[in-house]
Amino acid sequence: MPMTIKENMAIQQERDLVYCRNRVKEIAAKIGMGIVNQTKLITATSEIARNMLRYAGGGNVKVEVITRGKLEGLQLVFEDSGPGIPDINKAMQDGFTTGNTLGLGLPGAKRLVNEFAIQSVVGKGTTVKILKWKNG
Amino acid sequence: MERIPILKMGRFLLVTIQVDLYDRLALTLEEDLVQMVYDTGASGVLIDISALSIVDSFMGRIIGNIAGMSSIMDAETVVVGMQPAVAITLIELGLPLAGVHTALNVERGMALLESRMSARPDDTSDADDD
Ligand SMILES: Nc1ncnc2c1ncn2[C@@H]1O[C@H](COP(=O)(O)OP(=O)(O)OP(=O)(O)O)[C@@H](O)[C@H]1O
Ligand SMILES: [Mg+2]
Repeated sequence: MPMTIKENMAIQQERDLVYCRNRVKEIAAKIGMGIVNQTKLITATSEIARNMLRYAGGGNVKVEVITRGKLEGLQLVFEDSGPGIPDINKAMQDGFTTGNTLGLGLPGAKRLVNEFAIQSVVGKGTTVKILKWKNG
Repeated sequence: MERIPILKMGRFLLVTIQVDLYDRLALTLEEDLVQMVYDTGASGVLIDISALSIVDSFMGRIIGNIAGMSSIMDAETVVVGMQPAVAITLIELGLPLAGVHTALNVERGMALLESRMSARPDDTSDADDD
């Protein structure tokens, strides 16, 4: 029987990032996700959660075990009420940054997961939804 | 304040990162290491990340910065013990670890540094540079 796990985590400071990554790794291991996929998932998690901290002053992460037919995986929803992203297409490009770093976070995170969706409204906030299948 | 210890081993510095670092601790390590390369005149830096379950763009940047600044001070950086899953993930993330050497473990990293030191033309009296 598939597990029902639903969890909420607040990201308000750097230490929350470490806790969040560890917790996501634990849940991923619990549903039997392999180590490579676990690592990809927590790396994507780290990038998106750090963006929330850095550009939106923090936010929330919802973790949920998802089943679709025979597939089982983890879905994470990152939500903040920060300034939003004016041009999402630009933000999704390798090398685009307003933080003077590498501009790798969003496009890199997208490459590491099976599904990636981002929504943003300027002045309202940003929501990023990712999904990683156990065997994906 | 919390700090990651840095060990001096002959001409090299060794840092063993035991836990996943939060950002402030990683930045402090970067500052401490660069300062110590300067103070000791070390010619190599070994960073053991075998206990790290994640290297994201932030940690990657820290490692890159350490390597970059060390090389300005004529020291080379070797990252040792990167877990295979971490290496695979780094490539897909698209992080270029430019200027950073890698080795399987501390012993091999040390050997790599030694061989690079002895290959330096100004270190070898019998260099045959025609
Ligand atoms: N939650 C967010 N709220 C507002 N702006 C954001 C958010 N996340 C990302 N951005 C914007 O999108 C840009 C691209 O983000 P991305 O994570 O790809 O790169 P970066 O954070 O600038 O650099 P890196 O992640 O490599 O350190 C950011 O520079 C920022 O302008
Ligand atoms: Mg980022």
